[in-house]
Amino acid sequence: MIPKVLILRTAGTNCDMETEVAFQLAGADTDLVHIQNLISGNKELSNYQILAIPGGFSYGDDISAGILLAVEMKHKLRDAINQFVADRKLVIGVCNGFQVLIRMGLLPGIESDDGQSELLQSATLAMNTSAKFECRWVELKTQQSPCVFTRGIKSELYLPVAHAEGRFNAPNDVLAELESNKQVVFRYNNSEKTSSNKTEYPFNPNGSDADIAGICDNTGRIFGLMPHPERFLTKYNHPRWTREDLPDEGDGLAIFKNAVNYVKATLS
Amino acid sequence: MSSTVKEIEILTADDAELIRISREGTLSLNLDEMHAIQKHFTTLQRNPTDVELETIAQTWSEHCVHKTFKSLILYSEEGKETEEIDGLFPTYIQRATEVIDKPWCVSVFSDNAGIIEFDDKYNLVFKVETHNHPSAIEPYGGAGTGIGGVIRDSLGTGLGAKPILNTDVFCFGMPDTPYDKLPKGTLHPKRVFKGVVAGVRDYGNRMGIPTANGAILFDSRYTANPLVFCGNVGLIPKDRCDKSVEPGDLIVAIGGRTGRDGIHGATFSSAELDDTSENLGSVVQIGNPIMEKKIVDALIKARDHNLFRSITDCGAGGFSSAVGEMGEDTGAEVHLERVPLKYEGLEPWEIWLSEAQERMVIAVPPNNVDKLMEICEAEMVEATVLGNFTDSEKLQVFYDDEIVADLDMKFLHKGLPQHIKKATWQPPQHKEMHSRDNITEDYSDDLCQLLSSPNIASKESVIRQYDHEVQGGVVIKPLVGVNNDGPSDACITTPIIGSEKAVIVANGINPKYSDVDAYISAASAIDEALRNVVAVGGTLEKTALLDNFCWGNPDKPDRLGALVRSAKACYDIATAYGTPYISGKDSLYNEYRDTTTGEQRAIPSTLLISAICVIPDISKAITMDVKSPGNLIYVLGNTYLEMGGSHYFDIHGYIGNTAPIVRTSEGKLTMDTLSSAINHGLVRSCHDCSEGGIGVAAAEMAFSGGYGMTLNLSRLPTGEAISSDDFLLFSESNSRFIVEIESENQSAFEKHMDGIPIGCIGEVTDTSEFIIYGLSQKRIIKLSIETLKSSWQTPLHS
Repeated sequence: MIPKVLILRTAGTNCDMETEVAFQLAGADTDLVHIQNLISGNKELSNYQILAIPGGFSYGDDISAGILLAVEMKHKLRDAINQFVADRKLVIGVCNGFQVLIRMGLLPGIESDDGQSELLQSATLAMNTSAKFECRWVELKTQQSPCVFTRGIKSELYLPVAHAEGRFNAPNDVLAELESNKQVVFRYNNSEKTSSNKTEYPFNPNGSDADIAGICDNTGRIFGLMPHPERFLTKYNHPRWTREDLPDEGDGLAIFKNAVNYVKATLS
Repeated sequence: MSSTVKEIEILTADDAELIRISREGTLSLNLDEMHAIQKHFTTLQRNPTDVELETIAQTWSEHCVHKTFKSLILYSEEGKETEEIDGLFPTYIQRATEVIDKPWCVSVFSDNAGIIEFDDKYNLVFKVETHNHPSAIEPYGGAGTGIGGVIRDSLGTGLGAKPILNTDVFCFGMPDTPYDKLPKGTLHPKRVFKGVVAGVRDYGNRMGIPTANGAILFDSRYTANPLVFCGNVGLIPKDRCDKSVEPGDLIVAIGGRTGRDGIHGATFSSAELDDTSENLGSVVQIGNPIMEKKIVDALIKARDHNLFRSITDCGAGGFSSAVGEMGEDTGAEVHLERVPLKYEGLEPWEIWLSEAQERMVIAVPPNNVDKLMEICEAEMVEATVLGNFTDSEKLQVFYDDEIVADLDMKFLHKGLPQHIKKATWQPPQHKEMHSRDNITEDYSDDLCQLLSSPNIASKESVIRQYDHEVQGGVVIKPLVGVNNDGPSDACITTPIIGSEKAVIVANGINPKYSDVDAYISAASAIDEALRNVVAVGGTLEKTALLDNFCWGNPDKPDRLGALVRSAKACYDIATAYGTPYISGKDSLYNEYRDTTTGEQRAIPSTLLISAICVIPDISKAITMDVKSPGNLIYVLGNTYLEMGGSHYFDIHGYIGNTAPIVRTSEGKLTMDTLSSAINHGLVRSCHDCSEGGIGVAAAEMAFSGGYGMTLNLSRLPTGEAISSDDFLLFSESNSRFIVEIESENQSAFEKHMDGIPIGCIGEVTDTSEFIIYGLSQKRIIKLSIETLKSSWQTPLHS
């Protein structure tokens, strides 16, 4: 069975094409679907095994990044998404997609106190400490986590970030629970730093708490990250390919391959 | 006639009255043009309506029709016979492209952007525009709508290209201008700088188009008239490059609603600014990039379903220009009451002329309109049928069934009388500066000062605010080197991820040389753009050029004389290098007038050359950062005593008189041979020598690669005897490169370069010391690469 990926689009989505290429290179079938077509019922989320929310500026990131799309999904597609998650299917949000998952409450997915399965936002991605949009490559350290997207992935990755609102920020109890559940998937890293202290700007490009670059829910099937794995698919994407000896495949592709392999092994 | 439409009494008007009508209506029409209109309406035995007169003014504006470039020019130089030039554009730009005659030029000068071949499925479109006047008054909105407008040019080319790359070049006043020295009514250069960068950033990033190439220049004469060049490259299927309009096709407007924004933009930008221009807020539009993204998404879909036959954007002049151009050979009928408005209360002429952003017009065969509406609805973008194309050869505009304009297409597009203009040129005489060899033995301070000068200093704080990675195709980034922070000569993108076929985009711009001679400035800009292409692995053979002229008031003979010289250089150099122009634009009247003192300031004559080159194999590309210690450093191309307009002279307060000329036979041979050496894998890194000469270029290569260098000037190839170290080090002679060669490739490289002036001037060292020895073998520079880098990085850091 060839896994089917729904790449969600709306006004302002702009990383859909390269996300599609990434999943295709990983061996999936892809469909670029405008949210209007899900709301109208022209397309059914249940026909897919992977939901990808790509980067961009959904609805211009008016009010704050990702919030309008999050509200729309939460209110107009709640049942379909709940069913999708309950069916043990995969969700990935990159950059603006991560912002959407956070604002929907799908990530970190830490349940509310009253025990309701209501989606609540418990963390945020705030304005970078540099107070501006920045595009740069960052080192990532892979953490021990249940995330299915990063199984067996190498311990250090190099990926670009490009955002203004990427500072992961959460109350201390949420941060503590993320750590104890091992939900932190990637941390920003400076491989040359001498102490094990917090990674400094610009290695931590936005001032994220605990250098958090990406997290998953406690099942490992919902994954969000600020860096763009779909922008490092071949070695020529690397900013120093003219001076370093690099493998042909970019660091980002493994994430998409893992998703495809999971679906093949588990859902078919 | 409707009460909302006024008749303008011109049949009986005398000359003074005609001038008054033009001036009070911001029509920017001169007396000759008003006479032509008067004559036309006299034969019709009626007065024009306001809608008609406005339509003619827009269509005939400098901005839309480029009348200076088409005018008859009487050009005189001292001691020479007056030369008659029948149009700068046909004589020097268009003719160069015809003479060069490249088979891979698909469409030149006819559509909204030029088109060249890319691979067997796709072509590339490329256009660069300016948005100077709006950016002077409202930097954020002006610059944002500048980039928005040029993206629509790509989308409006053929049947619509997908935008894949942005390039931006800005010219500002000096960032340290004291507030009390600001010309009256102008914004501080720092404020303009910040606003322009933010405008381009927010528009480009939201559109999801990488901004990966550009330049920022500073000169006090740009304070009142900043320049904002915005460019876009698009990818278009080969079978979607032609357009046509058939009578009966529906005129459909797609995108944003129409408001009172941007009225008279075309005529406003065809006049000088003065200290009251800041009150003209309504001529600057507000951008909405998400609206434009929706239009792109919807139109590319509609294009792939083959739903429309022609497309153009609503730019200057709004619907009047868009519909007028599309229907030029047929005729068109438009019903203005159908136009969706942002708010009520617009006069018919305002609807017709509004330059509200994010609107496109397409010609849709009636059978396709339902499917088109379906796509637009799914993409949440408004589409409205405004009328249809006809076979009347007339532009007929209605409002509530009343005809408010009934214009003959032929008069509208061909009725403009040719201007006759005078141009003169006299070589200026500047004070000459002597070598400082007898004052100093050490040029370390000079080198640091050059690296810190705002024109050369790092633009990283700006570049990082642009998303240059989106779409996943940019493979040579604007910043390169061991710490991803060195200045790349050009960017390269692979529009099809995974394909080896790639596109290089580069630019060249040298306004300082035009203080000596605009001919030299233009020639050097072309040479620089081409050097940048070649330095990363491109070839002259597959390079096309764009010309963007920004000038002062061309009605003044000295300004026009400089323009003539610049255009002559465009012809001479492009034909010698075999690189055709595929598109271009001009922005004139970049002058400022203080209405109380009468003081008049023009910008330096500024020609931006943008270059685009297709390469077959990205793996052959190289960057400018040195790669390993022990490698040899060569200089390619002769250095001449050409210090005029150089940055070295500038930091010492001089201009000089001998600016670097372009020796095309030397230059072509050097560039062709270097391209071949790079293609053979013989070159590890390459950097072009431009601002600050060999000193600056070598320093940039060293600190970008993280290694030191030891160099000796006595081995530098020269085209004439040069006895001073500073002139060797900082001359900005054209067609020169610095390259890094592995020592085992030394003989292969030297053999390859046979017949080219080259010199092995030193090597890369495993230290952090950057050392240069002068002609007398004395050390003239010793600096750490950290010092060099911080000199370069600090000035524009935030």
